Amino acid sequence: MNQEAIIEIKGLKKSFNGKEVLKNINLTVRKGENVVVLGKSGQGKSVTIKCIAGLLDQDEGDCLVFGREVKEMDDQELKGLRSKLGFLFQGAALYDSMTVRENLAFPLKKVLKIKDRKEIRERSLEVLEAVGLADAIDKMPSDLSGGMRKRLGLARTLIVRPEIMLYDEPTTGLDTITSKEISYLMLEMQKRYKTTSLIITHDIPCAELTADRILVLNEGEIIAEGTYDELYHSDDEFIRSFFK
Amino acid sequence: MGEQGIFLRSFFRNLLREEFEFEEFARQSYTIGFRSIGICALTGFILGIVLTLQSQPTLKEFGAESYIPSMVSVSIIREIGPVIIALICAGKIASSIGAELGSMNVTEQIDAMEVSGANPVSFLVVPRILACTLMIPLLTIFADAMALVGGFTAAALSGDMTIKLYFTKAISSLAFSDVFPAFIKSIMFGFSIGFVGCFIGFNSNKGTESVGLAANSSVVTASIWIIVIDAIVVQVTNSLIYS
Ligand SMILES: Nc1ncnc2c1ncn2[C@@H]1O[C@H](COP(=O)(O)OP(=O)(O)O)[C@@H](O)[C@H]1O
Ligand SMILES: [Mg+2]
Repeated sequence: MNQEAIIEIKGLKKSFNGKEVLKNINLTVRKGENVVVLGKSGQGKSVTIKCIAGLLDQDEGDCLVFGREVKEMDDQELKGLRSKLGFLFQGAALYDSMTVRENLAFPLKKVLKIKDRKEIRERSLEVLEAVGLADAIDKMPSDLSGGMRKRLGLARTLIVRPEIMLYDEPTTGLDTITSKEISYLMLEMQKRYKTTSLIITHDIPCAELTADRILVLNEGEIIAEGTYDELYHSDDEFIRSFFK
Repeated sequence: MGEQGIFLRSFFRNLLREEFEFEEFARQSYTIGFRSIGICALTGFILGIVLTLQSQPTLKEFGAESYIPSMVSVSIIREIGPVIIALICAGKIASSIGAELGSMNVTEQIDAMEVSGANPVSFLVVPRILACTLMIPLLTIFADAMALVGGFTAAALSGDMTIKLYFTKAISSLAFSDVFPAFIKSIMFGFSIGFVGCFIGFNSNKGTESVGLAANSSVVTASIWIIVIDAIVVQVTNSLIYS
């Protein structure tokens, strides 16, 4: 593991209205790695990745992506970072008022400033086929099932070929079989597009499938770190309790 | 107030610096105008009728029936038309903008846009505010015209008024100082409706109940702005004209 660190978080603190949500987060994600952050609901997992994407600013500590502090980036730099970053939101965050096709074209037109319709169509079809949704291209997001919405959300982030993928609970709210499918899809996309991923979840099968390394977040701190097997056989009862 | 100032600044900065989303502006203008044209026409028409019927007996008493067209046109165009149409649009348009952006906020669509590197202010906010600023004055002009038609209908049914006489009188009694401030006022109303709806929707909380709250408080806030702006414009116009 001598790869360069892509994401580096040190001593991250964040409070909302006097309530300390993140107390001391330390984590590193290296190039090509799949790191899973496990934790119960409301422990600050989403807050952590929102700091990485620059949607929230931390109160204290460092949050470096490609070696640069996110909080200190100006608009232009942040835009540059975001074009290399894919963010799959918990609810997929599809644009409700647009068709599947328009959802996919949006980042191409607005971010990469691609005007060529043929290129837009080809790239849209390519990612849709990759996530197995080619038939749905003219549907509205409201006509898609939960699993399909996640797939489309994934396709929409992958279409700009990001170097880093941030997944916020990619399998939450899906049935077990669909969860597995999404987890396999994430692995496949990781191989195909060579992304570095940070995956936030409390879904153990998803973590088992996708993780090179797992961190456990509890009460605003990382309390354990290791491979799936290491944590599964941990001495700490609380950590083992995740795997039951 | 401070947050609104920041939002206002970000609106102008995006308006001036970012690429203008013409397609989105056209789409919003169409939706906003089209969705409200029926209710504005109906309101204008009925206002014209009511105003005529109500003033008829009094004016008749003084033998001043021929003043009806002037009275209707001056009072509608100067005051009643812009304010009533703006209040109706606050109920219809500000609420739907507040709810729409509020629900985009709750479902993290705005975050998704931002994190993809696109600019949600220039894509969502600028076109909506500009569309309101354009469409609400147009709807007001249309409703004013319908009010004159309504006024004529009532006058013709209850007396012998020809259409030519009615409209000649209605229009000749209008001065620049009646029309111009009213027009400026409705531009300001339009801007306020778009701005309030966008501001509240964009900054709503992330709970599901916040969509309804955003819609509701958009209407209330926009209505208050309209009434306050109206009062200020009247003061300013009076002091400019009569001093
Ligand atoms: N924008 C915000 N404003 C205020 N409180 C927030 C905000 N975002 C998150 N929180 C609070 O931070 C805590 C952790 O939230 P979150 O990171 O979403 O948890 P999870 O680990 O389930 O993703 C919650 O108590 C939540 O209420
Ligand atoms: Mg979360």
